[in-house]
Parts: sequence; structure tokens; C-alpha cells
Amino acid sequence: MASEKRLRIKTLAMVLAMVVCANAGDLMLKRGMSQIGAVQLTAPGIAQAFRLTVTSGTIWVAIFFLSGFMLSYMTVLSWADYSYVMPAGAFGYALLTLLAVVFLHESVSRRRWVGVVLICVGVLLVGQTKPRTTVVASEAVA
Amino acid sequence: MRVILALAVLILGSTGGEIAITYGMKATGEPTRLRPLELLQFLGRAVRNGWFWAGVPLMALSFYSLLILLSWEPISLVIPASALSYVVGTLGAKYILGEQISSARWAGVLLVCAGVALVAAG
Repeated sequence: MASEKRLRIKTLAMVLAMVVCANAGDLMLKRGMSQIGAVQLTAPGIAQAFRLTVTSGTIWVAIFFLSGFMLSYMTVLSWADYSYVMPAGAFGYALLTLLAVVFLHESVSRRRWVGVVLICVGVLLVGQTKPRTTVVASEAVA
Repeated sequence: MRVILALAVLILGSTGGEIAITYGMKATGEPTRLRPLELLQFLGRAVRNGWFWAGVPLMALSFYSLLILLSWEPISLVIPASALSYVVGTLGAKYILGEQISSARWAGVLLVCAGVALVAAG
């Protein structure tokens, strides 16, 4: 069925956009927070951490990517199941490992490879289920 | 103890927030076309939905919990533990959003959950 195939393709394209933005965002966030250091859970400590985060360029780059993630996430959830999109997005962890091996020549532990295989099999299993199992408003209107 | 508490806030905040946003997005309906203008109009409709604004503070709470956890513990402990949210989120999708979770989807979610925990543990 053409519409079924189209739904699957646009869902996968949006999930890919989500994965790229989320990974880039998390990476910059981790880098920014490492520059700031451990947060002390006292009123002045939290105020200090807040001041440092809103003035950090790295944190703002992270926020830019995470906004891109949020937009693609909201868009895909307007037509696809949450229980389809959420596990499919985990493909990013597998992708990061493969990129680290191919481009950075990092050595990867056996445990991590087992994790990558489990994620790929899991995403394939979820990916072949129907992306949408509930009625969508726009469809009911149209 | 404080780590477990922060982790519970992280998982329940993110899944609760995402479920509220999914509910709001389903009510908003999908954009007619994936072009900048249509996406802006789509965003405009989405932010006028109350469920969206129920989700945002929950996700913000989860985000702050993540920042605090990352300043206490290594990422190789925080992310594997938060992998539990795949299971919590699927339960929420089934019982709150009424999505049909086939056995293939459940199997996939459990594999992903275990896989993410292993990958992030290093």
C-alpha cells in the first residue's frame, strides 16, 4: 500500500533527524557541563550553576541542537506511536559506536558490541511493526 | 539515596512529559507538508494545546535532574540506569495513550533497553 509505505519512510526520516540532533545536543551538553564542574545543591550553588549555564556558548549550541530534536520529535509524534518512535530513537547509541570505530578508530569492549547488536535487533523488531496504531485527528478531519 | 530519587524524577518526568506531549501532538494533527511555513503553523497550533504545556515542565524537571546527576555520577552510570524509561514509557503508551503494543514491539523495546544499558556502561 502506497500510503503505508510513505508513512514508514517519513517516520524513519524524522527519526533520523531526531537521532542526529539529539546526539549532537547531548555531546555539547556534556562538554558544557564538564567545563562548569560539579553542581553544589545549595541555593548559592544552584544560582551559580544557572548563571554559568546561561552564559556558556557550548550550552547554547547544545540548546540549538536539542531544539531541532524537539521539533522533529513533536512532528513525528503528530502521526506516529510514542511506543514506535521512542525505541527507534535508540538507534543513535548504536550509530555513535559505529562512528567511533570507523572514524576515531576507538576500541570498543565486547559488552558494548553486544549492546549494539541488541539495539539493532530491537530497533528492527519495532521498525517492522505498524508506526501508528491509534486514530489521528487530522485523518479523522480529512 | 539521592541518586535513586534523582533517577526516579528523571525517568518519571521524561516519560510523563513525553506522554503528555504525544497526547497534545495527536490532538494537533500532523502538518500538511514538511515545509518551513507549514512547520511554523504546525508549531503554532501545537503550543496552543494545553497538553503540550503539561508536558514541558515535566521534561524540564527531568532535564534538570539529568544535569544534576551528570555532575554527581559518570555518564556511563546515568544513561544505563535511565534506559529503564524505555519500559516505563511503553507501559505508559499502552495504558495511557491506548497504543497497541504487539509482542514484536515489546520484544524490541526490551532488547533496546538492555542494549542501551550495555552500550552506555561501556
